[in-house]
Amino acid sequence: MVTTTPPATDRNRSRRAKSAARPGDRIFSGLSKGSGITLLVIMAAIAGFLTYRAVLAISKDSVNFFTTFEWNPAGDPPVFGIAVLAFGTIVSSVIAMLIAVPVAIGIALFISHYAPRKLAKPLAYVVDLLAAVPSIIYGLWGAIFLVPYLDGLNKWLDQYLGWTYIFDKSSDGVARNMFTVGILLAIMILPIITNVTREVFLQAPKMHEEAALALGATRWEVVRMAVLPFGRSGIISASMLGLGRALGETMAVAVVLSPSFLLSGHLLDPGGGTFAQNIAAKFNEANEFGRDALIASGLVLFVITLLVNGAARMIIARRKEYSGANA
Amino acid sequence: MAKRIDVSGLSAYYGSHKAIDDISMTVEPRSVTAFIGPSGCGKSTFLRTLNRMHEVTPGGRVEGKVMLDDENLYGSGVDPVAVRRTVGMVFQRPNPFPTMSIFDNVAAGLRLNGSYKKSELADIVEKSLKGANLWNEVKDRLNKPGSGLSGGQQQRLCIARAIAVEPEVLLMDEPCSALDPISTLAIEDLIGELKERFTIVIVTHNMQQAARVSDRTAFFNLAAVGQPGKLIELDDTERIFSNPSVQATEDYISGRFG
Amino acid sequence: MSHAVQERPVAFAKPRGPLSHARLPRWTPIAVAAGSVAAGVGIGLLAGWHSKVQWGLVSALLFVLATYAVTAKVEGARQAKDRVATSLVWVSFVLAVVPLLSLAWVTVSKGMEVLDGYFLTHSMNGVLDAEAGGGVYHALLGTIEQVGIATLIAAPIGLLTAVYLVEYGTGKLAKAVTFFVDVMTGIPSIVAGLFILATWNLMLGFGPSGFAGAMALAILMMPVVVRSTEEMLKLVPNELREASLALGVPKWRTILKVVLPTAIGGITTGVMLAVARITGETAPVLLLVFGTKLINPNPFEGAQSSLPLYVYEQYAVGTDAAVARAWAAALVLIAFVMILNLVARGIARWKAPKTGR
Repeated sequence: MVTTTPPATDRNRSRRAKSAARPGDRIFSGLSKGSGITLLVIMAAIAGFLTYRAVLAISKDSVNFFTTFEWNPAGDPPVFGIAVLAFGTIVSSVIAMLIAVPVAIGIALFISHYAPRKLAKPLAYVVDLLAAVPSIIYGLWGAIFLVPYLDGLNKWLDQYLGWTYIFDKSSDGVARNMFTVGILLAIMILPIITNVTREVFLQAPKMHEEAALALGATRWEVVRMAVLPFGRSGIISASMLGLGRALGETMAVAVVLSPSFLLSGHLLDPGGGTFAQNIAAKFNEANEFGRDALIASGLVLFVITLLVNGAARMIIARRKEYSGANA
Repeated sequence: MAKRIDVSGLSAYYGSHKAIDDISMTVEPRSVTAFIGPSGCGKSTFLRTLNRMHEVTPGGRVEGKVMLDDENLYGSGVDPVAVRRTVGMVFQRPNPFPTMSIFDNVAAGLRLNGSYKKSELADIVEKSLKGANLWNEVKDRLNKPGSGLSGGQQQRLCIARAIAVEPEVLLMDEPCSALDPISTLAIEDLIGELKERFTIVIVTHNMQQAARVSDRTAFFNLAAVGQPGKLIELDDTERIFSNPSVQATEDYISGRFG
Repeated sequence: MSHAVQERPVAFAKPRGPLSHARLPRWTPIAVAAGSVAAGVGIGLLAGWHSKVQWGLVSALLFVLATYAVTAKVEGARQAKDRVATSLVWVSFVLAVVPLLSLAWVTVSKGMEVLDGYFLTHSMNGVLDAEAGGGVYHALLGTIEQVGIATLIAAPIGLLTAVYLVEYGTGKLAKAVTFFVDVMTGIPSIVAGLFILATWNLMLGFGPSGFAGAMALAILMMPVVVRSTEEMLKLVPNELREASLALGVPKWRTILKVVLPTAIGGITTGVMLAVARITGETAPVLLLVFGTKLINPNPFEGAQSSLPLYVYEQYAVGTDAAVARAWAAALVLIAFVMILNLVARGIARWKAPKTGR
């Protein structure tokens, strides 16, 4: 549009509007903008300082930081590497996901489509509350209660599935192993994944469910035709959120696992470690250089969780476009 | 194909609220029966009792008998899933499955009920889309999502999906209320063709539409808000619109209320 | 046109079966479930499995298989699939509820053994590891101080950031803030602890203190506050803002007097839920607050304790008396968190804005 008014009038008017509101508005908008910038600065500082300390540590590492199976930064020369930690972190999280995602989808469906209505509401509320239980309590419960209960299952898996190598149990110790950690992590992330998935399932359009019903679909076929396809990206992003939690979980793992710096594919043998668990366990005895080494491993964990969360965000963003096109 | 529906003493409830009261009527095969009446008179609820969709809504409950030829839809041992396969339905708002292609949308009902060879499936899909007067518009893009079609095309896609499984009866719940006049006309033409093969029941708010497409018309009314809806009269469409036997029908049709 | 010259032989939809077919009575799933559990328990007893986990898994497996077999025989394959899906959904529900119930039950029953007034009002000063007695007073005090300071830092920054994003934010800066708030939500708590360790302790040379822990907790709390406040502010209808602006009220007063009061219930809920979340965080406290047996009321000087850290320490000690204290402290912690949650949700319900669902 072409305006015939001279631009000066426009500027005048806006200046007047601004000056009328100047003192309060300036301060308030400045404050809120400042807070936003503070947040960015904190994020930058986290990345910057962790990287700085990590570089300090890694530059003095006498071996390859990524492929070494040992953690002895106090030695002469210092020897430390994250291979075991990366392996343990990924393995425990994968086990947790394999268990938690299907079960969470099941519970979410239970709440959204299967449970009697009187049961569904309170149940959803309880799951909400469970997401708030502190992780140290899961850890305490896991170490004292879950571990002895899983002994039998461990022996069983060894006996019948020992040939798969991963379930081969070579030592006779208690079940303070990666498998137990995986199960405990699964229980911990279950409420988070369930909550997000349930919300998505509840949003599945009624009219598509009715369409499927009217074609003579059974309840399961309705879910398969009209609910799951709609919820797919929601399930994925919920799982990513859960994965992010599992990767960074510290205390529950630290309490349950009996750690070692052996890389073992036998999930039922005690040993292994995760980034977060290792930091919590080694921190007290570490000198300043040792702390820098731990910070270096923390940085790797930070980057991994950033990637996972970034992926989740991208999926959510894509879904928005997708559903917009269908609206 | 095309069976007679015989309803007797049918009442439907939402929880403790009675939505329709003691309805009895006969719907003739291979004809179009229109349900008209003011909002809230229970005509849509009644329609949904004819394929047991009413009981899907929370608290939905039905009493009475609906005979499809000689089988009672509410008899013991009757599987509602089988009923809905036999009595198809088209909804107010077009609702093709958004994640499926046009082809898969039409094939959706077939795939539920057994395995077909690829060529068989293609044949039936083509036949159904032709039956819904949509084939020429979509034959080059069967693999595109159904949500990319216009509203009227989507509704005809839903009709194709419903007739692909060759039901006995086709229920239509205000199928044109979300469409523009041209799409409405296309659907009305289609209804005229479909009645050669199916028993059709259509709920409509538009009395001209009822007059144009239907052979028989049923008028529903309710005594007051909160009261259950009742069937006032059912007769040949011509008679209902020219010389109804009940005063309320005449009042409604001549626009005195509703 | 539809009158094609040469129609291919046209396929037909498969013929329907009758409307009614043999159906299982309504009590079938319950009967199958009861039978499976009985069989699972029986097998477990016979085989002498010590762990109930195995009993449960066998029962669940039997339940699903039996459901399929019975339904497939009587009702047909499609119905069998449907029933198996239903039974799987139920099984996953039970599978999840059992450990969670066990967690709640164990914490409460074990925690009650030691928990009393004495436990809440005394520290661990002079209590030996193997000895019964002692309490959580110092840890409770530490938790309240650390969480309080963290809230004082995080709540205003988070709130103002949300106001910026909803009321002022446009362009690149707002996009960047939104993105990094999401990124920040995913930071593992131990990484936040390491960050404060790297700056406050290693670079600036401060020792462990409650304040250091509070800063790490604040980092974890900020994004949660921003997210929930943002959601609440977005729920405030634009008409309210416009009505106020049209009266000549300046924007900042509109936000303070109209927008924030409308959303205050939801914002309070969000902040309280965030507080509940950081109350249970152990890892950063472990790195930065260090833990002590003594009462240290000064969060800026010297090591403190905190509830989650106390649980961890007592568990690590491992004596019977210490583990009993760990459970009691866990119960105090869980009660603290749950009360915060319930009150927050109560406020949300009570102050729920009339718009939306």
